[in-house]
Amino acid sequence: MDSIISIKALSKTYNSGFEALKTVDLEINRGEILALLGPNGAGKTTLISTICGIISPSSGSVTVDGFDIIKDFRKTRAMIGLVPQELTLGAFDTVWSTVRFSRGLFGSKRDDTYLEQLLKDLSLFDKKDSEIRALSGGMKRRVLIAKALSHEPKVLFLDEPTAGVDVELRKDMWKIVHKLSKKGVTIILTTHYIEEAEEIAERVGVISNGELLLVEKKDELMESLGKKQLLIDLKEPVKKIPKSLKNYNIELSEDGMQISYTYVVKDEEIDVSEVLHEITNSGLLLKDLKVEQSSLEDIFVDLVKEES
Amino acid sequence: MNLTAIKVIYFNEMMRFWKTLFQSVASPVISTALYFVVFGSAIGSRMENIEGISYGLFIVPGLTMLSVLTQSISNASFGIFFPKFTGTIYELLSAPVSFYETLIGYVGAAATKSLILATIILLTANLFVDLNIAHPFWMLSFLVLTCVAFSLFGFIIGLWADNFEKLQIIPLLIITPLVFLGGSFYSISMLPELWQKVTLFNPVLYLVSGFRWSFFEVSDVSVGISLSMVFLFLAICIAIVAWMFRTGYKLKQ
Repeated sequence: MDSIISIKALSKTYNSGFEALKTVDLEINRGEILALLGPNGAGKTTLISTICGIISPSSGSVTVDGFDIIKDFRKTRAMIGLVPQELTLGAFDTVWSTVRFSRGLFGSKRDDTYLEQLLKDLSLFDKKDSEIRALSGGMKRRVLIAKALSHEPKVLFLDEPTAGVDVELRKDMWKIVHKLSKKGVTIILTTHYIEEAEEIAERVGVISNGELLLVEKKDELMESLGKKQLLIDLKEPVKKIPKSLKNYNIELSEDGMQISYTYVVKDEEIDVSEVLHEITNSGLLLKDLKVEQSSLEDIFVDLVKEES
Repeated sequence: MNLTAIKVIYFNEMMRFWKTLFQSVASPVISTALYFVVFGSAIGSRMENIEGISYGLFIVPGLTMLSVLTQSISNASFGIFFPKFTGTIYELLSAPVSFYETLIGYVGAAATKSLILATIILLTANLFVDLNIAHPFWMLSFLVLTCVAFSLFGFIIGLWADNFEKLQIIPLLIITPLVFLGGSFYSISMLPELWQKVTLFNPVLYLVSGFRWSFFEVSDVSVGISLSMVFLFLAICIAIVAWMFRTGYKLKQ
Protein backbone atom coordinates (compact mmCIF):
# COMPACT_ATOMS: atom_id res chain seq x y z
CA MET A 1 0.00 0.00 0.00
CA ASP A 2 1.28 3.48 -0.90
CA SER A 3 1.87 5.44 2.26
CA ILE A 4 1.53 9.23 2.41
CA ILE A 5 2.70 9.80 5.96
CA SER A 6 5.51 7.81 7.43
CA ILE A 7 6.24 8.15 11.15
CA LYS A 8 9.43 6.55 12.45
CA ALA A 9 10.38 6.23 16.11
CA LEU A 10 8.70 9.51 16.93
CA SER A 11 8.89 10.59 20.54
CA LYS A 12 8.01 13.74 22.42
CA THR A 13 8.90 14.70 25.95
CA TYR A 14 7.64 18.10 27.07
CA ASN A 15 9.83 20.54 28.99
CA SER A 16 7.91 19.55 32.10
CA GLY A 17 9.34 16.05 31.69
CA PHE A 18 6.02 14.55 30.64
CA GLU A 19 6.54 11.85 28.04
CA ALA A 20 3.60 12.39 25.69
CA LEU A 21 4.79 10.08 22.91
CA LYS A 22 7.00 7.04 23.34
CA THR A 23 8.57 5.83 20.08
CA VAL A 24 5.61 5.83 17.73
CA ASP A 25 5.88 4.12 14.33
CA LEU A 26 3.02 4.48 11.90
CA GLU A 27 2.42 4.38 8.17
CA ILE A 28 -0.68 6.22 6.97
CA ASN A 29 -1.96 5.10 3.59
CA ARG A 30 -2.78 7.50 0.80
CA GLY A 31 -6.49 8.19 0.64
CA GLU A 32 -7.51 6.27 3.74
CA ILE A 33 -9.60 7.35 6.70
CA LEU A 34 -7.69 6.55 9.87
CA ALA A 35 -9.12 7.00 13.33
CA LEU A 36 -6.78 7.45 16.25
CA LEU A 37 -8.61 6.25 19.27
CA GLY A 38 -7.55 6.84 22.82
CA PRO A 39 -8.60 8.22 26.17
CA ASN A 40 -7.99 11.87 27.07
CA GLY A 41 -4.30 12.58 27.53
CA ALA A 42 -3.22 9.53 25.51
CA GLY A 43 -1.06 11.57 23.12
CA LYS A 44 -3.40 11.87 20.15
CA THR A 45 -3.22 15.64 19.89
CA THR A 46 0.54 15.64 20.50
CA LEU A 47 0.97 13.19 17.63
CA ILE A 48 -0.97 15.23 15.10
CA SER A 49 0.40 18.55 16.36
CA THR A 50 3.89 17.22 15.75
CA ILE A 51 3.09 16.19 12.20
CA CYS A 52 1.52 19.60 11.56
CA GLY A 53 4.52 21.50 12.93
CA ILE A 54 2.94 22.99 16.05
CA ILE A 55 5.13 20.92 18.36
CA SER A 56 8.77 20.00 17.77
CA PRO A 57 9.53 16.29 18.08
CA SER A 58 12.12 15.16 20.66
CA SER A 59 13.40 12.41 18.36
CA GLY A 60 12.40 10.35 15.38
CA SER A 61 11.23 11.47 11.98
CA VAL A 62 8.07 12.11 9.99
CA THR A 63 7.76 12.39 6.23
CA VAL A 64 4.72 13.55 4.28
CA ASP A 65 4.66 12.39 0.68
CA GLY A 66 8.39 11.72 0.98
CA PHE A 67 9.29 15.14 2.41
CA ASP A 68 10.70 15.62 5.90
CA ILE A 69 8.45 17.73 8.15
CA ILE A 70 11.37 19.76 9.45
CA LYS A 71 13.75 20.06 6.49
CA ASP A 72 11.02 20.49 3.89
CA PHE A 73 8.44 22.07 6.18
CA ARG A 74 7.08 24.32 3.45
CA LYS A 75 6.21 21.39 1.24
CA THR A 76 4.76 19.18 3.96
CA ARG A 77 2.70 21.87 5.66
CA ALA A 78 1.23 23.07 2.36
CA MET A 79 -0.15 19.55 1.91
CA ILE A 80 -1.78 19.42 5.33
CA GLY A 81 -4.97 20.94 6.70
CA LEU A 82 -5.74 20.89 10.43
CA VAL A 83 -9.03 21.28 12.24
CA PRO A 84 -8.14 21.87 15.88
CA GLN A 85 -10.09 20.60 18.83
CA GLU A 86 -10.86 23.99 20.36
CA LEU A 87 -13.01 26.59 18.61
CA THR A 88 -10.11 28.96 18.11
CA LEU A 89 -11.13 31.76 15.79
CA GLY A 90 -10.67 35.52 15.64
CA ALA A 91 -13.99 36.85 16.95
CA PHE A 92 -14.07 39.99 14.83
CA ASP A 93 -13.09 38.48 11.48
CA THR A 94 -15.78 37.68 8.96
CA VAL A 95 -16.11 34.14 7.64
CA TRP A 96 -14.95 35.24 4.22
CA SER A 97 -11.91 37.17 5.43
CA THR A 98 -10.72 34.39 7.73
CA VAL A 99 -11.00 31.76 5.00
CA ARG A 100 -9.13 33.93 2.55
CA PHE A 101 -6.51 34.63 5.18
CA SER A 102 -5.96 30.90 5.68
CA ARG A 103 -5.59 30.24 1.99
CA GLY A 104 -3.00 32.99 1.64
CA LEU A 105 -1.14 31.90 4.76
CA PHE A 106 -0.63 28.49 3.21
CA GLY A 107 0.84 30.15 0.13
CA SER A 108 -2.00 29.36 -2.27
CA LYS A 109 -2.99 31.85 -4.93
CA ARG A 110 -6.27 33.65 -4.47
CA ASP A 111 -9.17 31.60 -5.83
CA ASP A 112 -12.54 33.03 -4.86
CA THR A 113 -14.49 30.50 -6.94
CA TYR A 114 -13.00 27.62 -4.99
CA LEU A 115 -13.58 29.30 -1.65
CA GLU A 116 -17.17 30.17 -2.52
CA GLN A 117 -17.86 26.57 -3.46
CA LEU A 118 -16.18 25.41 -0.25
CA LEU A 119 -18.44 27.64 1.83
CA LYS A 120 -21.48 26.38 -0.07
CA ASP A 121 -20.47 22.76 0.55
CA LEU A 122 -20.22 23.50 4.25
CA SER A 123 -23.54 25.41 4.32
CA LEU A 124 -21.67 28.56 5.27
CA PHE A 125 -22.20 30.64 2.19
CA ASP A 126 -25.08 32.71 3.55
CA LYS A 127 -22.95 33.50 6.61
CA LYS A 128 -20.08 34.66 4.41
CA ASP A 129 -20.11 38.23 5.69
CA SER A 130 -21.05 37.49 9.30
CA GLU A 131 -18.55 38.12 12.04
CA ILE A 132 -17.42 34.90 13.65
CA ARG A 133 -18.53 35.95 17.13
CA ALA A 134 -22.12 36.01 15.82
CA LEU A 135 -22.03 32.33 14.82
CA SER A 136 -23.21 29.32 16.79
CA GLY A 137 -20.73 26.70 18.03
CA GLY A 138 -21.65 24.35 15.22
CA MET A 139 -21.14 27.05 12.61
CA LYS A 140 -17.78 27.93 14.11
CA ARG A 141 -16.77 24.30 13.77
CA ARG A 142 -17.70 24.48 10.08
CA VAL A 143 -15.60 27.63 9.70
CA LEU A 144 -12.62 25.77 11.16
CA ILE A 145 -13.13 23.02 8.59
CA ALA A 146 -13.41 25.61 5.80
CA LYS A 147 -10.15 27.19 6.96
CA ALA A 148 -8.41 23.83 7.01
CA LEU A 149 -9.62 23.05 3.49
CA SER A 150 -9.03 26.54 2.10
CA HIS A 151 -5.70 25.57 0.51
CA GLU A 152 -6.90 22.25 -0.93
CA PRO A 153 -4.80 19.97 1.27
CA LYS A 154 -3.99 16.34 0.44
CA VAL A 155 -4.13 15.35 4.08
CA LEU A 156 -6.71 16.51 6.59
CA PHE A 157 -6.34 16.16 10.33
CA LEU A 158 -9.47 16.40 12.43
CA ASP A 159 -8.74 16.65 16.13
CA GLU A 160 -11.83 15.49 18.02
CA PRO A 161 -14.09 16.90 15.31
CA THR A 162 -17.36 16.04 16.97
CA ALA A 163 -16.60 16.87 20.58
CA GLY A 164 -19.57 18.84 21.84
CA VAL A 165 -21.30 18.78 18.48
CA ASP A 166 -25.00 17.97 18.04
CA VAL A 167 -26.19 14.89 16.19
CA GLU A 168 -27.11 16.73 13.01
CA LEU A 169 -23.74 18.38 12.62
CA ARG A 170 -22.00 15.12 13.49
CA LYS A 171 -23.84 13.35 10.67
CA ASP A 172 -23.00 16.27 8.36
CA MET A 173 -19.38 16.05 9.37
CA TRP A 174 -19.26 12.37 8.52
CA LYS A 175 -20.78 13.14 5.13
CA ILE A 176 -18.12 15.77 4.50
CA VAL A 177 -15.40 13.31 5.50
CA HIS A 178 -16.71 10.67 3.10
CA LYS A 179 -16.95 13.20 0.30
CA LEU A 180 -13.38 14.35 0.84
CA SER A 181 -12.20 10.80 1.05
CA LYS A 182 -13.79 10.06 -2.33
CA LYS A 183 -11.79 12.95 -3.76
CA GLY A 184 -8.64 11.22 -2.57
CA VAL A 185 -7.94 13.28 0.57
CA THR A 186 -6.29 11.28 3.33
CA ILE A 187 -8.13 11.83 6.58
CA ILE A 188 -6.84 11.27 10.07
CA LEU A 189 -9.19 11.92 12.93
CA THR A 190 -8.67 11.59 16.62
CA THR A 191 -11.57 10.71 18.78
CA HIS A 192 -12.55 9.14 22.01
CA TYR A 193 -16.00 8.38 20.66
CA ILE A 194 -15.80 4.78 19.56
CA GLU A 195 -18.95 5.03 17.49
CA GLU A 196 -17.29 7.71 15.43
CA ALA A 197 -14.36 5.48 14.56
CA GLU A 198 -16.70 2.58 13.99
CA GLU A 199 -18.87 4.65 11.68
CA ILE A 200 -16.34 6.29 9.39
CA ALA A 201 -12.84 4.90 9.72
CA GLU A 202 -11.25 2.29 7.52
CA ARG A 203 -8.40 1.67 9.90
CA VAL A 204 -8.21 2.23 13.61
CA GLY A 205 -5.15 3.01 15.68
CA VAL A 206 -5.38 2.76 19.44
CA ILE A 207 -3.19 5.09 21.49
CA SER A 208 -2.77 4.93 25.22
CA ASN A 209 -0.12 6.52 27.43
CA GLY A 210 1.82 7.79 24.43
CA GLU A 211 2.08 4.37 22.80
CA LEU A 212 0.42 3.13 19.67
CA LEU A 213 -0.99 -0.17 20.86
CA LEU A 214 -2.15 -1.34 17.46
CA VAL A 215 -3.24 -0.19 14.03
CA GLU A 216 -5.53 -2.43 12.10
CA LYS A 217 -8.31 -2.42 9.54
CA LYS A 218 -11.48 -1.86 11.44
CA ASP A 219 -13.13 -5.07 10.24
CA GLU A 220 -10.04 -7.14 10.98
CA LEU A 221 -9.74 -5.61 14.39
CA MET A 222 -13.32 -6.44 15.14
CA GLU A 223 -12.76 -9.95 13.90
CA SER A 224 -9.46 -10.64 15.58
CA LEU A 225 -10.21 -9.11 18.90
CA GLY A 226 -13.96 -9.15 18.74
CA LYS A 227 -15.79 -11.56 20.97
CA LYS A 228 -19.14 -13.05 20.28
CA GLN A 229 -21.61 -14.20 22.79
CA LEU A 230 -24.14 -16.90 22.08
CA LEU A 231 -27.19 -16.39 24.29
CA ILE A 232 -29.63 -19.23 24.71
CA ASP A 233 -33.00 -18.86 26.45
CA LEU A 234 -34.29 -22.00 28.11
CA LYS A 235 -37.83 -23.24 28.29
CA GLU A 236 -37.45 -24.28 31.90
CA PRO A 237 -35.06 -22.97 34.51
CA VAL A 238 -32.08 -25.10 35.52
CA LYS A 239 -30.06 -24.96 38.75
CA LYS A 240 -26.66 -25.62 37.22
CA ILE A 241 -24.89 -26.19 33.95
CA PRO A 242 -24.91 -29.88 32.91
CA LYS A 243 -21.62 -31.71 33.45
CA SER A 244 -21.09 -32.33 29.74
CA LEU A 245 -20.81 -28.59 29.18
CA LYS A 246 -18.30 -27.89 31.98
CA ASN A 247 -15.40 -27.80 29.54
CA TYR A 248 -16.83 -24.88 27.62
CA ASN A 249 -16.86 -21.25 28.63
CA ILE A 250 -20.56 -21.34 29.44
CA GLU A 251 -22.27 -19.35 32.15
CA LEU A 252 -25.73 -19.61 33.64
CA SER A 253 -27.85 -16.56 34.39
CA GLU A 254 -29.02 -15.95 37.96
CA ASP A 255 -32.61 -16.89 37.25
CA GLY A 256 -31.44 -20.07 35.48
CA MET A 257 -33.39 -19.19 32.36
CA GLN A 258 -30.47 -18.35 30.12
CA ILE A 259 -27.03 -19.74 29.32
CA SER A 260 -24.37 -17.77 27.54
CA TYR A 261 -21.32 -18.97 25.65
CA THR A 262 -18.56 -16.42 24.97
CA TYR A 263 -15.91 -17.07 22.32
CA VAL A 264 -13.33 -15.25 20.23
CA VAL A 265 -14.33 -15.33 16.58
CA LYS A 266 -10.81 -15.77 15.23
CA ASP A 267 -9.89 -18.60 17.62
CA GLU A 268 -9.14 -21.61 15.36
CA GLU A 269 -9.82 -24.17 18.08
CA ILE A 270 -13.36 -23.09 18.58
CA ASP A 271 -16.06 -24.99 16.76
CA VAL A 272 -19.43 -23.42 17.41
CA SER A 273 -21.36 -26.28 15.83
CA GLU A 274 -19.71 -28.70 18.26
CA VAL A 275 -20.74 -26.52 21.18
CA LEU A 276 -24.29 -26.29 19.90
CA HIS A 277 -24.36 -30.02 19.44
CA GLU A 278 -23.21 -30.58 23.02
CA ILE A 279 -25.83 -28.15 24.32
CA THR A 280 -28.70 -29.87 22.53
CA ASN A 281 -27.44 -33.25 23.72
CA SER A 282 -27.15 -32.09 27.31
CA GLY A 283 -30.88 -32.34 27.80
CA LEU A 284 -31.53 -28.61 28.11
CA LEU A 285 -34.74 -27.45 26.49
CA LEU A 286 -33.97 -24.52 24.22
CA LYS A 287 -36.46 -21.77 23.61
CA ASP A 288 -34.57 -19.18 21.61
CA LEU A 289 -31.04 -18.16 20.72
CA LYS A 290 -29.20 -15.05 19.59
CA VAL A 291 -25.62 -13.94 18.97
CA GLU A 292 -24.13 -10.64 20.19
CA GLN A 293 -20.91 -9.17 18.86
CA SER A 294 -18.67 -6.96 20.97
CA SER A 295 -18.36 -3.37 19.76
CA LEU A 296 -15.17 -1.46 19.08
CA GLU A 297 -15.77 0.10 22.45
CA ASP A 298 -15.50 -3.22 24.28
CA ILE A 299 -12.33 -4.02 22.34
CA PHE A 300 -10.90 -0.66 23.16
CA VAL A 301 -11.70 -0.90 26.84
CA ASP A 302 -10.10 -4.35 26.98
CA LEU A 303 -6.97 -3.13 25.22
CA VAL A 304 -6.47 -0.09 27.37
CA LYS A 305 -7.17 -2.13 30.50
CA GLU A 306 -4.55 -4.69 29.51
CA GLU A 307 -2.06 -1.92 28.91
CA SER A 308 -2.54 -0.31 32.29
CA MET B 1 9.88 32.59 0.56
CA ASN B 2 6.12 32.56 1.14
CA LEU B 3 5.37 36.09 -0.07
CA THR B 4 1.63 35.43 -0.18
CA ALA B 5 1.70 34.64 3.54
CA ILE B 6 3.63 37.81 4.39
CA LYS B 7 1.10 39.77 2.37
CA VAL B 8 -1.95 38.28 4.10
CA ILE B 9 -0.46 38.67 7.57
CA TYR B 10 0.40 42.28 6.77
CA PHE B 11 -2.99 43.16 5.34
CA ASN B 12 -4.85 41.27 8.04
CA GLU B 13 -3.03 43.35 10.65
CA MET B 14 -3.63 46.56 8.73
CA MET B 15 -7.32 45.69 8.50
CA ARG B 16 -7.53 45.97 12.28
CA PHE B 17 -6.17 49.50 11.94
CA TRP B 18 -8.72 50.51 9.31
CA LYS B 19 -11.55 48.91 11.26
CA THR B 20 -10.79 51.17 14.19
CA LEU B 21 -9.84 54.08 11.97
CA PHE B 22 -11.68 56.68 14.00
CA GLN B 23 -9.99 55.57 17.19
CA SER B 24 -6.65 55.22 15.43
CA VAL B 25 -6.77 58.73 14.00
CA ALA B 26 -8.86 60.61 16.53
CA SER B 27 -6.87 59.63 19.59
CA PRO B 28 -3.45 60.90 18.36
CA VAL B 29 -5.03 64.05 16.92
CA ILE B 30 -6.80 64.84 20.17
CA SER B 31 -3.85 64.08 22.41
CA THR B 32 -1.47 66.08 20.23
CA ALA B 33 -3.89 69.00 20.22
CA LEU B 34 -4.13 68.78 24.02
CA TYR B 35 -0.35 68.82 24.42
CA PHE B 36 -0.18 71.90 22.23
CA VAL B 37 -2.91 73.69 24.09
CA VAL B 38 -1.37 72.90 27.48
CA PHE B 39 2.37 72.97 26.80
CA GLY B 40 2.51 75.01 23.62
CA SER B 41 0.06 77.83 24.38
CA ALA B 42 -0.75 77.89 28.10
CA ILE B 43 2.65 77.04 29.61
CA GLY B 44 4.78 77.55 26.51
CA SER B 45 3.82 81.21 26.18
CA ARG B 46 5.53 81.86 29.52
CA MET B 47 8.61 79.84 28.67
CA GLU B 48 11.78 81.13 27.11
CA ASN B 49 12.84 79.95 23.71
CA ILE B 50 15.12 76.92 23.82
CA GLU B 51 18.18 77.40 21.63
CA GLY B 52 16.26 79.94 19.63
CA ILE B 53 13.23 77.76 19.10
CA SER B 54 9.81 78.52 20.56
CA TYR B 55 8.72 75.94 23.13
CA GLY B 56 5.66 74.92 21.11
CA LEU B 57 7.88 74.07 18.17
CA PHE B 58 10.58 72.49 20.34
CA ILE B 59 8.28 69.75 21.68
CA VAL B 60 7.02 68.57 18.26
CA PRO B 61 9.74 65.91 17.68
CA GLY B 62 9.51 64.64 21.27
CA LEU B 63 5.76 64.48 21.11
CA THR B 64 5.91 62.54 17.85
CA MET B 65 8.46 60.13 19.31
CA LEU B 66 6.33 59.59 22.42
CA SER B 67 3.44 58.38 20.27
CA VAL B 68 5.58 56.45 17.81
CA LEU B 69 7.37 54.54 20.55
CA THR B 70 4.30 53.62 22.57
CA GLN B 71 2.16 52.84 19.54
CA SER B 72 4.84 50.73 17.81
CA ILE B 73 5.22 48.64 20.92
CA SER B 74 1.53 48.28 21.64
CA ASN B 75 0.57 47.50 18.04
CA ALA B 76 3.26 44.90 17.47
CA SER B 77 2.97 43.28 20.89
CA PHE B 78 -0.81 43.04 20.69
CA GLY B 79 -0.63 41.71 17.12
CA ILE B 80 1.31 38.60 18.10
CA PHE B 81 0.01 38.28 21.67
CA PHE B 82 -3.65 38.13 20.66
CA PRO B 83 -3.40 34.95 18.50
CA LYS B 84 -1.46 33.35 21.35
CA PHE B 85 -4.17 34.38 23.78
CA THR B 86 -7.10 33.17 21.66
CA GLY B 87 -5.29 30.07 20.38
CA THR B 88 -5.50 31.02 16.70
CA ILE B 89 -1.70 30.87 16.65
CA TYR B 90 -2.07 27.16 15.79
CA GLU B 91 -2.74 28.18 12.22
CA LEU B 92 0.38 30.29 11.96
CA LEU B 93 2.49 27.49 13.43
CA SER B 94 1.07 24.84 11.13
CA ALA B 95 1.37 26.99 8.00
CA PRO B 96 4.30 26.85 5.59
CA VAL B 97 5.56 30.13 7.02
CA SER B 98 8.96 30.74 8.55
CA PHE B 99 9.50 32.73 11.72
CA TYR B 100 11.03 35.57 9.71
CA GLU B 101 8.07 35.77 7.36
CA THR B 102 5.77 35.99 10.36
CA LEU B 103 8.01 38.69 11.78
CA ILE B 104 8.03 40.73 8.56
CA GLY B 105 4.24 40.55 8.36
CA TYR B 106 3.56 41.62 11.94
CA VAL B 107 6.40 44.10 12.42
CA GLY B 108 5.88 45.56 8.96
CA ALA B 109 2.23 46.24 9.72
CA ALA B 110 2.96 47.71 13.17
CA ALA B 111 5.68 49.96 11.76
CA THR B 112 3.38 51.13 8.95
CA LYS B 113 0.70 52.06 11.46
CA SER B 114 3.24 54.04 13.49
CA LEU B 115 4.38 55.87 10.37
CA ILE B 116 0.80 56.80 9.50
CA LEU B 117 0.32 57.95 13.07
CA ALA B 118 3.49 60.06 13.02
CA THR B 119 2.32 61.71 9.81
CA ILE B 120 -1.04 62.54 11.38
CA ILE B 121 0.66 63.99 14.47
CA LEU B 122 3.01 66.13 12.39
CA LEU B 123 0.11 67.40 10.29
CA THR B 124 -1.86 68.24 13.44
CA ALA B 125 1.18 69.99 14.92
CA ASN B 126 1.44 72.03 11.77
CA LEU B 127 -1.95 73.55 12.59
CA PHE B 128 -0.57 74.97 15.85
CA VAL B 129 3.00 75.86 14.93
CA ASP B 130 4.82 76.66 11.72
CA LEU B 131 6.75 73.49 11.12
CA ASN B 132 9.85 73.55 8.92
CA ILE B 133 11.88 70.42 8.48
CA ALA B 134 15.57 71.17 7.90
CA HIS B 135 16.57 67.65 6.79
CA PRO B 136 13.51 65.76 5.50
CA PHE B 137 15.57 62.75 4.44
CA TRP B 138 17.09 62.29 7.89
CA MET B 139 13.76 63.03 9.53
CA LEU B 140 12.17 60.19 7.57
CA SER B 141 15.16 57.89 8.16
CA PHE B 142 15.01 58.41 11.93
CA LEU B 143 11.27 57.93 11.88
CA VAL B 144 11.31 54.72 9.82
CA LEU B 145 14.19 53.22 11.80
CA THR B 146 12.50 54.03 15.10
CA CYS B 147 9.17 52.61 13.94
CA VAL B 148 10.83 49.37 12.85
CA ALA B 149 13.09 49.04 15.89
CA PHE B 150 10.29 49.59 18.40
CA SER B 151 7.83 47.43 16.51
CA LEU B 152 10.44 44.67 16.72
CA PHE B 153 10.74 45.36 20.43
CA GLY B 154 6.96 45.18 20.70
CA PHE B 155 6.95 41.86 18.87
CA ILE B 156 9.44 40.51 21.40
CA ILE B 157 7.26 41.70 24.29
CA GLY B 158 4.20 40.13 22.63
CA LEU B 159 6.00 36.78 22.41
CA TRP B 160 7.32 37.02 25.94
CA ALA B 161 4.07 38.06 27.58
CA ASP B 162 1.75 35.28 28.63
CA ASN B 163 -0.86 37.52 30.21
CA PHE B 164 -2.26 41.00 29.74
CA GLU B 165 -0.37 42.39 32.72
CA LYS B 166 3.00 41.47 31.24
CA LEU B 167 1.88 42.95 27.95
CA GLN B 168 1.26 46.34 29.56
CA ILE B 169 4.03 46.45 32.11
CA ILE B 170 7.01 47.35 29.90
CA PRO B 171 5.32 50.14 27.92
CA LEU B 172 3.82 51.54 31.10
CA LEU B 173 6.66 51.22 33.58
CA ILE B 174 9.69 51.51 31.34
CA ILE B 175 8.96 53.13 27.99
CA THR B 176 6.73 56.01 29.09
CA PRO B 177 9.13 57.18 31.87
CA LEU B 178 12.10 56.82 29.53
CA VAL B 179 10.39 58.98 26.91
CA PHE B 180 9.41 61.67 29.41
CA LEU B 181 12.89 61.68 30.96
CA GLY B 182 14.67 61.41 27.60
CA GLY B 183 14.43 65.08 26.72
CA SER B 184 11.17 64.91 24.80
CA PHE B 185 9.86 68.09 26.35
CA TYR B 186 13.11 69.78 27.39
CA SER B 187 16.74 70.06 26.43
CA ILE B 188 18.99 68.11 28.77
CA SER B 189 21.21 71.20 29.02
CA MET B 190 18.41 72.54 31.27
CA LEU B 191 19.17 69.81 33.83
CA PRO B 192 21.79 69.86 36.64
CA GLU B 193 25.09 68.34 35.50
CA LEU B 194 24.61 65.04 37.36
CA TRP B 195 21.20 64.44 35.77
CA GLN B 196 22.60 65.31 32.36
CA LYS B 197 25.07 62.43 32.84
CA VAL B 198 22.36 60.07 34.06
CA THR B 199 20.18 60.95 31.07
CA LEU B 200 22.95 59.81 28.74
CA PHE B 201 22.09 56.24 29.77
CA ASN B 202 18.56 56.70 28.48
CA PRO B 203 18.39 55.30 24.94
CA VAL B 204 15.34 57.40 24.11
CA LEU B 205 17.44 60.57 24.46
CA TYR B 206 19.36 59.60 21.33
CA LEU B 207 16.22 58.99 19.32
CA VAL B 208 14.61 62.27 20.32
CA SER B 209 17.81 64.23 19.94
CA GLY B 210 18.55 62.90 16.45
CA PHE B 211 14.96 63.37 15.38
CA ARG B 212 14.92 66.92 16.69
CA TRP B 213 18.15 67.68 14.88
CA SER B 214 16.53 66.69 11.57
CA PHE B 215 13.91 69.41 12.20
CA PHE B 216 15.86 72.30 13.76
CA GLU B 217 19.56 71.37 13.51
CA VAL B 218 19.84 71.50 17.31
CA SER B 219 20.59 68.42 19.35
CA ASP B 220 21.63 67.23 22.81
CA VAL B 221 24.08 64.68 21.45
CA SER B 222 25.75 64.45 18.07
CA VAL B 223 23.70 63.07 15.19
CA GLY B 224 26.26 60.35 14.44
CA ILE B 225 25.88 58.97 17.95
CA SER B 226 22.09 59.18 17.69
CA LEU B 227 22.07 57.20 14.48
CA SER B 228 24.49 54.62 15.87
CA MET B 229 22.25 54.17 18.91
CA VAL B 230 19.20 53.57 16.75
CA PHE B 231 21.11 50.94 14.79
CA LEU B 232 22.44 49.40 17.99
CA PHE B 233 18.91 49.08 19.39
CA LEU B 234 17.75 47.58 16.10
CA ALA B 235 20.65 45.10 16.14
CA ILE B 236 19.87 44.05 19.73
CA CYS B 237 16.22 43.46 18.84
CA ILE B 238 17.18 41.43 15.77
CA ALA B 239 19.60 39.35 17.86
CA ILE B 240 16.90 38.60 20.45
CA VAL B 241 14.43 37.71 17.70
CA ALA B 242 17.01 35.41 16.05
CA TRP B 243 17.52 33.65 19.37
CA MET B 244 13.77 33.31 19.81
CA PHE B 245 13.53 31.82 16.35
CA ARG B 246 16.28 29.28 17.04
CA THR B 247 14.77 28.11 20.29
CA GLY B 248 11.09 28.42 19.32
CA TYR B 249 10.78 30.57 22.44
CA LYS B 250 7.25 30.50 23.91
CA LEU B 251 5.78 29.59 20.55
CA LYS B 252 6.69 25.96 20.23
CA GLN B 253 7.21 23.25 22.77
